[in-house]
Amino acid sequence: MKIIKHTLAAAALLVAAVSTTASAAEAGIALDRAPVDRFTDLQALQRGAKMFVNYCLNCHGAQSMRYNRLKDIGLTDQQIKDNLLFTADKVGELMTISLTRKDGKEWFGAAPPDLSVIARARASGAGSGADWLYTYLRTFYRDSSRETGWNNLAFANVGMPHVLYELQGEQVAKFAKEKDPHDPSKTIEKFVGFEQTKPGRMSKLEYDSAIADLVGFLVWMSEPVAAQRKQLGIAVLIFLGVFMLPCAWMLNRAYWKDIH
Amino acid sequence: MSNDQPDDNGRRNAIVATSVVGGIGALCTAYPFVSTFAPSEKARAAGAPVEVDIAQLKEGERMVVEWRGKPVWILKRSKEMLDSLAKTESKVADPKSERKPSELTPEYCRNQARSIKPEILVAVGICSHLGCSPSGPFPTGANVALGDDMGFVCPCHGSTFDLAGRVWKAKPAPDNLEIPPHMYLTDTKLVIGEDKKGA
Amino acid sequence: MAAGKKEPVVVTGLGALDKPASGLLTWVDQRFPLMENWKTHLSEYYAPKNFNFWYFFGSLAMLVLVIQIVTGIFLVMHYKPDAAKAFESVEYIMREVPWGWLVRYMHSTGASMFFVVIYLHMFRGLIYGSYRKPRELIWVFGVMIFLCLMGEAFFGYLLPWGQMSYWGAQVIVNLASAIPVIGPDLAIWVRGDFVVGDATLNRFFSFHVIALPLVLLGLVAAHILALHEVGSNNPDGIDIKENKDPKTGIPVDGIPFHPYYTVHDIFGVVVFLMVFSAIVFFAPEMGGYFLEYNNFIPADPLKTPAHIAPVWYFTPYYSILRAMVWNFFWIDAKVWGVVAMGASTVIFFFLPWLDRSPVRSIRYRPTLHIYIYATFVVAFLILGYLGTLPPSPVGELVSQICTVIYFAFFLGMPWWSRWGQFKPVPARLTM
Repeated sequence: MKIIKHTLAAAALLVAAVSTTASAAEAGIALDRAPVDRFTDLQALQRGAKMFVNYCLNCHGAQSMRYNRLKDIGLTDQQIKDNLLFTADKVGELMTISLTRKDGKEWFGAAPPDLSVIARARASGAGSGADWLYTYLRTFYRDSSRETGWNNLAFANVGMPHVLYELQGEQVAKFAKEKDPHDPSKTIEKFVGFEQTKPGRMSKLEYDSAIADLVGFLVWMSEPVAAQRKQLGIAVLIFLGVFMLPCAWMLNRAYWKDIH
Repeated sequence: MSNDQPDDNGRRNAIVATSVVGGIGALCTAYPFVSTFAPSEKARAAGAPVEVDIAQLKEGERMVVEWRGKPVWILKRSKEMLDSLAKTESKVADPKSERKPSELTPEYCRNQARSIKPEILVAVGICSHLGCSPSGPFPTGANVALGDDMGFVCPCHGSTFDLAGRVWKAKPAPDNLEIPPHMYLTDTKLVIGEDKKGA
Repeated sequence: MAAGKKEPVVVTGLGALDKPASGLLTWVDQRFPLMENWKTHLSEYYAPKNFNFWYFFGSLAMLVLVIQIVTGIFLVMHYKPDAAKAFESVEYIMREVPWGWLVRYMHSTGASMFFVVIYLHMFRGLIYGSYRKPRELIWVFGVMIFLCLMGEAFFGYLLPWGQMSYWGAQVIVNLASAIPVIGPDLAIWVRGDFVVGDATLNRFFSFHVIALPLVLLGLVAAHILALHEVGSNNPDGIDIKENKDPKTGIPVDGIPFHPYYTVHDIFGVVVFLMVFSAIVFFAPEMGGYFLEYNNFIPADPLKTPAHIAPVWYFTPYYSILRAMVWNFFWIDAKVWGVVAMGASTVIFFFLPWLDRSPVRSIRYRPTLHIYIYATFVVAFLILGYLGTLPPSPVGELVSQICTVIYFAFFLGMPWWSRWGQFKPVPARLTM
């Protein structure tokens, strides 16, 4: 036991030393946490779906996603047809767009990515994909040095303009000069806050809430089966733990009772 | 060794309990694997009801639309064509569409013309024999197999059908052509694959 | 001959059979050695009675193999090995195929769990000296299975055609280009293209679904045949065949594998399935370790992700590859990296001949040996952890130290395995 303790302690020290240097090397801002209760709230998901179809589904596709899958978040075929079907004419169709990758590349510098699984793709050590999206969609700021006139705190020099500026309004980012903690001879720019320069249709609170809905929808869309998966998981674990495990234990004991 | 026989009760009960519970578990595990063979969402979407506009369809003309990968015929029958059905009434095997009615003929089409509106025939153009698609419609005297009657002829094994898709007696094909579920949205707009019952 | 007898056939472990079954069995037995095999491998295969926790992982590895093969068969029915369609077809399986998500998660989780189980199985062999004479060939077949599995995992990882699939394959195939003279041409030949492309995807698919599984099944059969030829080792490292009942000729410390270890393994299987299901249903990505986040981005040959790391089971060797940064003897660091990485896996083959300890099991070895094993395991784990991180100066130094420890463990074994005061080995098994 003593040996194990010693080696574990030594290993923990080493790992701690390595991981602190490694995390310091990771750049970027701290991500805001997306409100997770929206991921399973059907009302919020429906609002998010509407935003997605209105604002995202022109340049971005979601080509693994069928419109009629939206029935899973409580919509009917007719509701989908009446409110959400702009680019397709059948509810059984995929959420594709007419913008080609080539055109997208010409217009934005990079083809707008497909958003089917974006919430899974954007996860990292810094936070979940939802956290990244929630931060990203709220930190666009005016930057005249960029061709689009917009820049972003979570995604520096992003090709996408701020599509939701009507809702959020316009803001500028303020940076302060600071000494680089790793190299005192250099200074780095540190973000200190936003300043609203033009009001949008929504207040800050309303906007954050709308983005939370949208992010919730993107999370749902990245794995529509997630809720069902977890439910089934509980049933499977109960079956294995409550029924199968005692049976197997009993069987094992029935045979091994006379092995000494 | 005598103790490796499942002869004592404890062992027997444990074996039975484990086998039963394990068997249930195995069946439940098999279910999703078997289910993967069922049509996917993609196949279902492709098999969704089809909307057809028949405003341009002229009398005596037939159009073909695809539904679930099968040809669906929409034939606008003329007065003469409709009259021919009375003539063939005695020659066909199942004039009142009584065979397998739930599969072949929806309730609202169990009449002589096998249709909702008498002049419009909607039928799946697949012969009930071995799945070829019959040719036609042939006017009187145009096809030897039909003699003096109008109708369809299957090129594979010579089964003949009248203009309501009813199969002639003593032909390889056992049944009438299938009438798919369908309904009219407006006077000239038709949905194939869905009817009021399903909606 | 059995055909002439009227008594019912008694199947050891199952009891006497009733008449029709007995007749059928006799009929089969005259044409196929069914009972003989049942006896040799199950009901009259005598295993030491003191197997502990560590002995579950052999049968669990078989279970995972079955899971991978069955789920794989079903995935192949829907997957499209085409660079333009592969990524979407995986999402198609996840969303559109009824229950496809479950089959896919079982397969992706199974891949990682295969390595969990195999690493624990190998560790068992290591601490109880299961590779020592006369079990050298069992170990050699086992290492071949391990290498084959690494190939399976590598080829399979390209198939989802995400960014990690693509760049992982790109980097590993380019290792071939480190080989002097023929290297660059070899890399192109392996890919069938100048970069990883459609041709690469198709051949990797073929290797993954047919070539390597066939080899794997053959090796597993050889592994088990070799084991049943010489008999199982045990935590005491004693040969149970040396102490047989004079009348029956059965080892006194042996018990028939069936039913004792079959029921024992059923219990182990249920516990394993609980862990497996918990991952499949609640954490299929396993925090980015089983399904890497970047692999949800379709492969883009023009853009390398900022941080690429192999899946966790390859990271120790990947760290060793990265640790080699010096040019020795006018040969590139790149070549040394490949050589060191190759050596770190191939070196397992030589273990039976490197170990000179007078006892097999760690139970009777000097305390010093326990420290040496512990150091090796810690170094291996740290290498694994470092392999998941982006390169850093501290990480590089630590991985170099751990690489030295890794190789010193093996290469120093002929010497250190004889050091210290060994404990007396008992004549009979301890329970």
